[in-house]
Amino acid sequence: MKLFKQFTIIIALSFIGEVLHALIPFPIPASIYGILLLFLLLEQKTLQVDDVKEVADFLIFIMPLLFIPAAVGLIDAWNELRSSLTAYVTIIIAVTLIVMVATGRITQWFLRLSRRYTDENT
Amino acid sequence: MNTFWQTSTFFGIFITLFFYGVGMFLKQKVKHTLVNPLLIAIVFTILFLRVFGIEYQTYNNSANYISYLMTPATICLAVPLYRQLDALKRNFKAVMFGIASSVIVTMVSVLGFSRFFGLSRTAYVTMLPKSITTPIGIGVAEELGGYVAITVASIVISGILGNMFAETVCKMFGIQEPIAKGIAIGCSSHAMGTVKALEMGEVEGAMSSLSIALAGILTVVAASVFATLL
Repeated sequence: MKLFKQFTIIIALSFIGEVLHALIPFPIPASIYGILLLFLLLEQKTLQVDDVKEVADFLIFIMPLLFIPAAVGLIDAWNELRSSLTAYVTIIIAVTLIVMVATGRITQWFLRLSRRYTDENT
Repeated sequence: MNTFWQTSTFFGIFITLFFYGVGMFLKQKVKHTLVNPLLIAIVFTILFLRVFGIEYQTYNNSANYISYLMTPATICLAVPLYRQLDALKRNFKAVMFGIASSVIVTMVSVLGFSRFFGLSRTAYVTMLPKSITTPIGIGVAEELGGYVAITVASIVISGILGNMFAETVCKMFGIQEPIAKGIAIGCSSHAMGTVKALEMGEVEGAMSSLSIALAGILTVVAASVFATLL
């Protein structure tokens, strides 16, 4: 009964996300509306973590699996990628690395800066 | 035999689960970056389809059913995020600043490389949403007139790279703060990277989850501006 209730809540949020996606003319998918909505409901204490916990933990645990069908689809994209393979592959690899390093370093710098600032003023 | 594959509801789901299980088993046996359950499952599934001469579409007609769980699973990422609400509140400015700068870095570096390789505008806008979650990325690529299939491929490859190398990259480049790690991973490799971030720690996972949503939304706006620059 508990799992049933949790699953129903999560599917309801997915559905509400779809409704918002249909109503709002931006390319924001149902999942993003859903994550923001669930976060707000938890933050406002309308929902408790216990209302979704077990099913949420399970779905997050199996999440890597859910990417596999799309990733296997790379075999079909091969012909299109081949047109400018070097450019695409370089951009994908280099930009992923650059963004990860730059974002991590910038965030860390800002964190430590604001922490030092707070320490000096307390 | 091929007709059997076409009518089977469960073979695609089964081989996906099975090869992911094989991947997890191997990961326990061999600790190495390249022994990544996600990568192993993808490679083995592709090999299986090749060996048995099965079309991707036939496989996906079955495997697609598990993809439907993607939206509910993504929504559940609000739970780890909520559990780290205090960390988020305490570091709100740094988190927002980090996510916003990631979007700018992505746009600027895609623009730079596209100029360098002399890409067409279509190819350039195809790459702009490469770091964000697939459904938003598809929307952005469609709106800007990019090659949607290539956008999806670039998003998937970015995700696999992030999932595989996030830990190594953070270590190599001295990214030590869990919050900074989470944002770096979520902003560069969306949900596939987030899976790794969750393994690294709850703070990393929470910040990575938040980055998927915010970097995704910011990219919608930023990409439409940057699309005019080439």
